[in-house]
Amino acid sequence: MHARTDTSEQQTAAWPDEIYAVLQRYDVRQVPYVPDAGHSKLIERVLASDTMRGIPLTTEEEGVALVAGAWAGGQRCALLMQSSGVGNCINMFSLIPLFRLPFFTIVTMRGEWGEFNHWQVPMGSTTQAVFELSGIRVMRAHNAAEVREVVEAGAAQAYNACTPTAVLLSQRLIGAKVFVK
Amino acid sequence: MSKTNLLDRRAVVASLLKDRKGMVAVGGLGASTNDMAAAGDHDRNFYLWGGMGGAVMMGLGLALAQPDVPVVVITGDGEMLMGIGSLATVGMQKPGNLSIVVLDNERYGETGGQTSHTSVAADLVGVARACGIADSRAISTMAEVEALVPKLHDLKSGPRFANVKIDGANVERILPMRDGTFIVNRIRGSLGFPPL
Repeated sequence: MHARTDTSEQQTAAWPDEIYAVLQRYDVRQVPYVPDAGHSKLIERVLASDTMRGIPLTTEEEGVALVAGAWAGGQRCALLMQSSGVGNCINMFSLIPLFRLPFFTIVTMRGEWGEFNHWQVPMGSTTQAVFELSGIRVMRAHNAAEVREVVEAGAAQAYNACTPTAVLLSQRLIGAKVFVK
Repeated sequence: MSKTNLLDRRAVVASLLKDRKGMVAVGGLGASTNDMAAAGDHDRNFYLWGGMGGAVMMGLGLALAQPDVPVVVITGDGEMLMGIGSLATVGMQKPGNLSIVVLDNERYGETGGQTSHTSVAADLVGVARACGIADSRAISTMAEVEALVPKLHDLKSGPRFANVKIDGANVERILPMRDGTFIVNRIRGSLGFPPL
C-alpha cells in the first residue's frame, strides 16, 4: 500500500472533497476500499458520513462481490483502491457484465510518475489494459483541476448509463511517495 | 465415499429455507446453489455460477442494503476457503441480519472430490469466531440445524456462522436458472425496485 505522508499535497487538496460530493450526489451508500494514501482524505470523509458506509476489505476482489450484493439490495457502491489492487479483482470482474452492475471504481495510480518502488510498476503498467480487457471503460484525471469533472462524468456513465467505469487518478496528481531524499 | 452419521445436504438446505418468508438466500458456486434450486425456486434466490469466493461478500452487500431483511449465504467449504478474508470483513461490519452456513463435505465435489483444507487442518468455525463472528457454531445433527433456523430470521443477533458437516455423496444435479441479470433483477423487483 502507498503510505500516507502528512506533508503531501493531497492533505490540503480540494479534490478529495469534490469526489465525496459527487458520490453523495449520486446517492452512493456503500464505499468498499483497500486503503491507499491517495485515497486517505476521501476515506476519512466517507467514514465520517451519515449516508455512506465505508467498508474496509481484506482484498479488492471482495469489493466487486460486495457491489453485486449491494445492487441486488438496491444500493450503489463506489470501490476505492490503488492500481496494484486491480489485478486482485480480475475473476470477480466477470460478475459485472453477468449481473449488468452499475460498477464504479476510483483508482489511485502507482508506478507511472516518479516512482521509487519498482515493485509497483508491473501492475501500474497494466491497470488500464486489465480494466479494458474486463469490459470496464477507463477515464483518467491527470491533474487536480480535472478531478471533479472526470469523476462526475464517470459516475454519470456508471450509475445512469449502467456502463462499468473506472476513473484513474494519475500518480502525478497524487504525488509519488518519498522513501529517500 | 460417504461416511455414516453425516447430514444430507438437501435435507439441511430444505430445512434452512422452509417457511423462509422474505429471506434472501445466496447460493455459492457449486452444489450449494443446486441445493437451493432443489429446495424450490424463489424470487429471492441469488444463484451463483461463478465468482468463486464472493458469496459471503454478496451476502454482506445485500444485508447492509436491506437491514430489515434476513440474508443467508449457503455455500461450500471450497468456496468459503477462497473468500476466507471476507469473514474478517463481516466481523468488522457486524450486520445483525446476515447468516453464513457452510455445507462442509471436506472436498471439492464439483471437480472430482479432491480433499479440501477442512478435511485435515482448517477449522472454519474457529476462523469465523476469531474474525469477530461471535455466534459461530459447528453443526453435526439435524436437531442443531432446526435450532439454527429461527435464528436466521432474527435481524439483531447476527452475524452468525454455522459449519455443517455433510455427507460427501454426490446427489442428483438439479440446476437453477443461470441468467445472472435476470436473477439479480428478480431479487431487486421483489424488494420493490423497478427496472432501470
